[in-house]
Amino acid sequence: MKVAVIKYNAGNVQSVLYALERLGADAELTDDPEKIRSADKVIFPGQGEASSAMTYLKSRGLDQIIRDIKQPFLGVCLGLQLLCEHSEENDTQCLGIFPVKVKRFIPENSQEFKVPHVGWNEIENLAENPLLKDLPDPKFLYYVHSYYAELSEVTIATTHYIHDFTAILHRDNYWAIQAHPEKSSTVGEKLLSNFLSI
Amino acid sequence: MLTKRIIPCLDIKDGRTVKGVNFVQLRDAGDPVELAKIYSDEGADELVFLDITATVDKRKTLADLVTKVAKSINIPFTVGGGISTVEDVKVLLGAGADKISINSAAVKNPGVIDEMAREFGSQCVVVAIDTRNMDGIDFVHTHGGRKPTLLKTQAWAKEVAERGAGEILLTSMDHDGTKSGFANELTAEISSALSIPVIASGGAGSMPHFKDVFTFGKADAALAASIFHFKEIPIPELKEYLIGEGISIRK
Repeated sequence: MKVAVIKYNAGNVQSVLYALERLGADAELTDDPEKIRSADKVIFPGQGEASSAMTYLKSRGLDQIIRDIKQPFLGVCLGLQLLCEHSEENDTQCLGIFPVKVKRFIPENSQEFKVPHVGWNEIENLAENPLLKDLPDPKFLYYVHSYYAELSEVTIATTHYIHDFTAILHRDNYWAIQAHPEKSSTVGEKLLSNFLSI
Repeated sequence: MLTKRIIPCLDIKDGRTVKGVNFVQLRDAGDPVELAKIYSDEGADELVFLDITATVDKRKTLADLVTKVAKSINIPFTVGGGISTVEDVKVLLGAGADKISINSAAVKNPGVIDEMAREFGSQCVVVAIDTRNMDGIDFVHTHGGRKPTLLKTQAWAKEVAERGAGEILLTSMDHDGTKSGFANELTAEISSALSIPVIASGGAGSMPHFKDVFTFGKADAALAASIFHFKEIPIPELKEYLIGEGISIRK
């Protein structure tokens, strides 16, 4: 199976490639429109800052390619946020695949809640969805983020930090995970292998 | 609920794991890749690799090791030891590290924290602070804790957070190797004052020490080495104990 991992200026994606390799997928990091269009699956990883990532995607025409993708597509971390409508991070218009807004965590009590949200946290309120099939218990994922997607109709799992936020999104052929499945032990591995089986 | 992290630290010399008592006496505790896998399977939440090799070709050896580790484990890991430039960081992140930690280089040139955070994002920049109490005042030490500086630990922690560090790894040289418990008071003081996570290190000797550092010490994560390497405290047992004590822990 050919998996295209979209290459853009958004952080370290090596671990995503290794995780796919462990699952036996033939993964390639690429910004070549043809390779992205012809892959069986597309993964949109990312760490970093929203507005500069959007500027880069637009400069390479990758924004339109992402909107036109017909095969199963998975956004991860910043990838999830960029697939939403708008991010409060530098007031950025994003790709608008998901009708969802991205906001910054405001700690109610800075003694108790730090921002960024770093570490292992549980996903809850799971919808029936092929991505979430047969996940092992307990369902902890590794998070590192300061911005979160609001709860919405396309939310298929939530996580609680300060308040509930969107852990996983799904609409049509697009899925997105706020945590880092590639760094989330057996639960993350199952999410990725479920995605590869969609 | 966000959980507290348990982090084994693997000191690496010439590609092998070692752990010093008070950083001086070194013992061999095995193959780092194998050890990393065991810890990951046992439920470690993250790993830290601290390279203490002092040879010129160390960078390549370390990058090779990082690649091997990244290919074999699926939990986050940090690499530290002798990292001083943006280029060093690029090589290690490119090899598959999730985060890097800097220590002496940040003290020498604090601007490098800003540079690294700008280039790679705060999430992968951990600033390690080695601290020692001298006549009632906590001072930052460098070079494996041997060299004192004039920086006060609390002020330095605040500065590195402002410059864009994503996490602080706070090692108490007074507690390191003693197995008498973490520096709870200082850890709590720094953790409460900052909005970034603090990883407490130095002094772990028993399971209650972990409970104390997560409660009194307000630490977000706790790091230890020898007690894990020599199986004095197995990680699954430690996690069961902490859950029983009401601490939020990933099973």
